[in-house]
Amino acid sequence: MKELNTNTKNKPTPVDEEKRDFLFITTAGLAIAGGGAFAWSMIDTMNPSKDVLALSTTEVDLSPLEEGQSLTVMWRGKPIFIRHRSESEISSADNVSVDDLPHKETDESRVKNPKWLVVVGVCSHLGCVPLGQKVGDTKGEYGGWFCPCHGSHYDTSGRIRKGPAPLNLEIPPYEFVSDDIIRIG
Amino acid sequence: MKVMQSKLHIIVLLLTILFPLSVFSAGDKVDLMEQKWPFNGIFGRFDNTALQRGFKVYREVCAACHGIRHVSYRDLKDIGFSSDEIKSIAGEYEIKDGPNDEGEMFQREALPSDKFVGPYENDNVARVANNGAYPPDLSLIVKARAGGADYLYSLLNGYKEYPEDYEASEGMYYNTFYPGNQIAMPSPIEDDIVEYDDGTEATHTQIAKDVTAFLAWTAEPELEERKSLGVKTLFFLALITIMLLGVKRKVWKDLD
Amino acid sequence: MNNQENKQTGITGWIDKRLPVFTFINHNLRDYPTPKNLNYFWNFGSLAGITLVIMIVTGILLAMQYTANTDIAFDSVERIMRDVNNGWLLRYIHMNGASMFFIIVYIHIFRGLYYGSYKYPREILWMLGVVILLLMMATAFMGYVLPWGQMSFWGATVITNLFSAFPVIGDYIVTFLWGGFSVDNPTLSRFFVLHYLLPFAIVGVVALHLVALHQFGSNNPTGLDVKSSGDTIPFHPYYTVKDYFGLGVFLIIYAALVFFAPNFLGHPDNYIPANPLQTPAHIVPEWYFLPFYAILRAVPDKLTGVLLMFAAVLVLFLLPWLDKHKVRSATFRPFYKQFYWLFFINAIVLGWVGAMPAEGVYVLIARIASVYYFSFFLIIMPLLSRFEKVGELPSSISAAVLSKKFDKDTNESYAK
Repeated sequence: MKELNTNTKNKPTPVDEEKRDFLFITTAGLAIAGGGAFAWSMIDTMNPSKDVLALSTTEVDLSPLEEGQSLTVMWRGKPIFIRHRSESEISSADNVSVDDLPHKETDESRVKNPKWLVVVGVCSHLGCVPLGQKVGDTKGEYGGWFCPCHGSHYDTSGRIRKGPAPLNLEIPPYEFVSDDIIRIG
Repeated sequence: MKVMQSKLHIIVLLLTILFPLSVFSAGDKVDLMEQKWPFNGIFGRFDNTALQRGFKVYREVCAACHGIRHVSYRDLKDIGFSSDEIKSIAGEYEIKDGPNDEGEMFQREALPSDKFVGPYENDNVARVANNGAYPPDLSLIVKARAGGADYLYSLLNGYKEYPEDYEASEGMYYNTFYPGNQIAMPSPIEDDIVEYDDGTEATHTQIAKDVTAFLAWTAEPELEERKSLGVKTLFFLALITIMLLGVKRKVWKDLD
Repeated sequence: MNNQENKQTGITGWIDKRLPVFTFINHNLRDYPTPKNLNYFWNFGSLAGITLVIMIVTGILLAMQYTANTDIAFDSVERIMRDVNNGWLLRYIHMNGASMFFIIVYIHIFRGLYYGSYKYPREILWMLGVVILLLMMATAFMGYVLPWGQMSFWGATVITNLFSAFPVIGDYIVTFLWGGFSVDNPTLSRFFVLHYLLPFAIVGVVALHLVALHQFGSNNPTGLDVKSSGDTIPFHPYYTVKDYFGLGVFLIIYAALVFFAPNFLGHPDNYIPANPLQTPAHIVPEWYFLPFYAILRAVPDKLTGVLLMFAAVLVLFLLPWLDKHKVRSATFRPFYKQFYWLFFINAIVLGWVGAMPAEGVYVLIARIASVYYFSFFLIIMPLLSRFEKVGELPSSISAAVLSKKFDKDTNESYAK
């Protein structure tokens, strides 16, 4: 019979130092990797779920929209501004020197068909919905939209012209399915 | 030695008590027609061709009375339908939407993102249409019945003539496997009630088997992912547990 | 080792001087002197703690997806199962976690019962444990209602109706619990809130449980007090690695259940949406309530049945005063040991009979088992405290460990 070493605990056994050998390190590494993978699978539950992702396309019929009128539709829980622009609105958007803009984009690059402007109606400052869709709304100094939260003015191309917002109104991915119907998303 | 004896006592005691108990509990149960489903077992997988056949059976037979409201058209991708096929399947259903700008409800074609449209507007309509018996939603039926897929398969094969001197109620049918034996649903399938696209012979049992497999999928669409992740997880845990045992032995060695 | 605390420099030292968290950890998780002879039954305390954390984390994530409204509760659970990323995994972990939690806690309790862990000076430690058990039962019951299936609904109806047994005020209590005249939306809503809240109360009581534990340290299989430093070893690394290994084994069983038999402990009827017009043919509570359910049904009188069922848990509070025998561990108590194992089997029988229909021979079995359940605590324990003779005890934990080793070695040499 071996003598039982009852004094182990009193001596400062350098267990930690001595035994950090291969087995210890691989075991700990593996445990951390497994724990990490598990933690991610749980955190991932908070990402958009399949039903939310499935709702990411919307088709809109543009035919009832007269020149100068606007339409707001929902896409991914956000308002999409669709404006049937008049000739004067198109030209005012076109006749701006791009270099003077805070966020340099030509009107041409922001539309698929100049008659139709499609933008996400969320101010690039802090996420409010700008005014300008309804008939009585103020449209801001540039005839586009005006964000009441912190006073950002957008032009008829949805570009930021004045105020704290850093970027133009975002263009959602969309395509013309036919002449009058667009699919957003 | 003493310890050994007392442990033996316990085991004998447990056996003497539990053995007769298990005999009691084995009583009044009908043996189901147990099948070797491909989705059973730890490596179980669905057979997509069977699921697609089963889906056809569901659509052409069951869907007249039963919905699968937890399943979306887009889910059909999992059993091998393409996006275009799903779109055209969804397009065959009409769904009530609205209100539109005029404040009115309207009918539109279903989209892949919609849930399967059921046969009845609401539960009461369903009851009225079926002599008061409510045809249950089938999306979870395999999980919601003891015996699962085997029960459903047995039920579909369990229709018999009423035994002699059995007091039959009107509008009810005799089924060996249904609790109480009298079921309001007439035998839903028969030979060649559907025509399979892949040329499989549409016998009664084949149809029952396919539609059961399909409904096993609607009940547990996560099954394949669950089992394959489970095998990996168990392998990992077994490995790390053995390693931890090694670590534990190493650390404890200096105590002995 | 004590010097180490003072040696800390840098940021940890700076923090530790002002907020002694590192000293606290060192004291309670590293140097903490633990009897050196603990067997694997002592793993279940830490396992219970880990399971509680798993339950709270998965529960919070589920609560982000779940909707406590009778119209959509069932569908929202199905949405978690089908559409939420890994939602099925999340839900099955939580659902089976409840069962695993009870298995662990029941083993933990039976361990305490065998080794006399409830005796002086650990009475409050034990009683806090019983409080945790009660809170767990309430939490588990309310959690089972949330998916709003048939068993959820009818389980809620039956269990809340227990309170109607009380004379005069019974019906008022039940109406109050429901927030209406049947189990309905107000009931579901409050159950959800309480199901979310109570686990944090459990965390609080667990903290007290640990404070009480560390006052005198762990009991051990011999039940002897720690007499010298030779009887103990530091918690880290010895018991930390042992706990890790135990955790590995536990997770294997848990994962096997979650991935390959997630509904094995559940009931098929709970995948049928709640229907207030139709009761399922057999209402069975979750397995962990079955022994108590059996006691309830064993009694023909409603009020007595309800009272006995509650008493079956509450009697545990009295244990330190019912068993006043000087020897803690059943290892050295030849009679108590026999009755203990009979009690263990009896508990399993109660659980089994609780799942059977309340008729015929089952009622008789339930009655006999219920009588033994209470006699064990109220008659056998006090009698044994007075009359049970025990042999000579080992002089210390170390001596016990040595003689056990000696037995083992001699047995091995005989075998050779």
